[in-house]
Amino acid sequence: MLDVFLTVIRRDLLLAYRRRADLMNPILLYVIVATLFPLGISPDAEFLGKLAPGLVWVTTLLAALISMESIFRQDFEDGSIEQLFLNSHPFSVLILGKVVAHWLITAGPMLLIVPLMAMLLHMPVQAVPVLWITILLGTPILSLVGAIGAALTAGFRGGGVLLGLLVLPLYVPVLIFASSAVSAAADGLAVSGQLAMLGAGLILALLLAPLAISASLKISMG
Amino acid sequence: MWKFLHRLSSLKYYYEWSGKWVPWLLGLTAVLMLVGLYWGLLVAPADYQQGESYRIIYVHVPSAWMSMFVYVVMAGAGFIAIVWRTKLSEIVVSECAVIGAMFTALALVTGMLWGKPTWGTYWQWDARMTSELILLFLYFGIIAVHSVIEEPRTAARVASILAIIGIINIPIIHYSVTWWSSLHQPNMQLISKTPSVHPSMLYPLLVMATAFQFYFVSLLLIRMRNAILYRERLTIWVKSSLTRD
Repeated sequence: MLDVFLTVIRRDLLLAYRRRADLMNPILLYVIVATLFPLGISPDAEFLGKLAPGLVWVTTLLAALISMESIFRQDFEDGSIEQLFLNSHPFSVLILGKVVAHWLITAGPMLLIVPLMAMLLHMPVQAVPVLWITILLGTPILSLVGAIGAALTAGFRGGGVLLGLLVLPLYVPVLIFASSAVSAAADGLAVSGQLAMLGAGLILALLLAPLAISASLKISMG
Repeated sequence: MWKFLHRLSSLKYYYEWSGKWVPWLLGLTAVLMLVGLYWGLLVAPADYQQGESYRIIYVHVPSAWMSMFVYVVMAGAGFIAIVWRTKLSEIVVSECAVIGAMFTALALVTGMLWGKPTWGTYWQWDARMTSELILLFLYFGIIAVHSVIEEPRTAARVASILAIIGIINIPIIHYSVTWWSSLHQPNMQLISKTPSVHPSMLYPLLVMATAFQFYFVSLLLIRMRNAILYRERLTIWVKSSLTRD
């Protein structure tokens, strides 16, 4: 089973690698949006630094949401999802492989770029490692939960906007714990509580989301 | 009981059965609502801190309770719809979303109106208002599913999955938001040795809560009847039952 799981990941990573230019686009969007905040709010370092944890995390949420739309679309159109469903291996494990691959593709570059964004927004230096850890723990939850929404809306016209409506309210706990961990770190306070909650959320999402994603895909396939 | 449930899952049987119940339920709702409002607005004493403005709780608290209760009903029906694929429970999911959104909006609006005289502001980002607002968004999402996905059975199954995910998520959202900040007064202790609400105010509130329950059930039955007529509009039994009336 591990073999098939890894094969699905390898296939999706290879597909993504063949279209390298597409990989950069969400990250560019991420950085551009982060640049808009100083322009829209104020370039004042102290003020921006206070807002930075929330700004980075709201941007992450939106970037994750935008990237979710594509997770199943192509496979849905060319019938690969049906092939995954029809073979003898557990569907939810294969789908989890797809989500993991998607997370590596989208969150990987994010993890590289996010310290730079923190600097751009004048986040206090001691908060940056914590920010990095929250991104590491939080984005897989966003991918897993977002994939449920993507699976539900994959087959339908106008699914993109609907995806946002369905998924963003579910992202709220991640936003709260992650940005409060970063804020606490900026103020020199303990962050283990928030990180533990994020970790617990990740475990819960890992356990339940694959089942929900595969059930949702079955509905979308009809 | 099982036989009854099986027969009830037939839309035609449900339509005839609910037709008998709706007038009684509506009548009971009206009586309870009148008694509760009269008792709450005119008989119950004014609050020693908040004066007369507290009386909005007779609408606010029951609608806030219902906003969560309806979600539980919707998720339960969603579970049944996914597992047994009964059409009737799919209709319950779709109709509960609209009714639940209505109760949630009512709770938010009455809360805001109450907040102005007591806190001095219509809106505070306190824990319960925020999680109620997110609950409203969850309801809107489920309603939006029905407008985007045209095939009603598929839409209902998508909505059912969402309702089930929501029921796992709502406690998480609620506690994360509570943890985040709170200004709202603590929950009322209704059933304990020293209730925090005086009986003279509590009883009318309970009457109103019961009235809201009956209101929900009658509204649900009526909306389901309409949905059934629309879904089954091409069948013979709908045509004949409509022409018979």
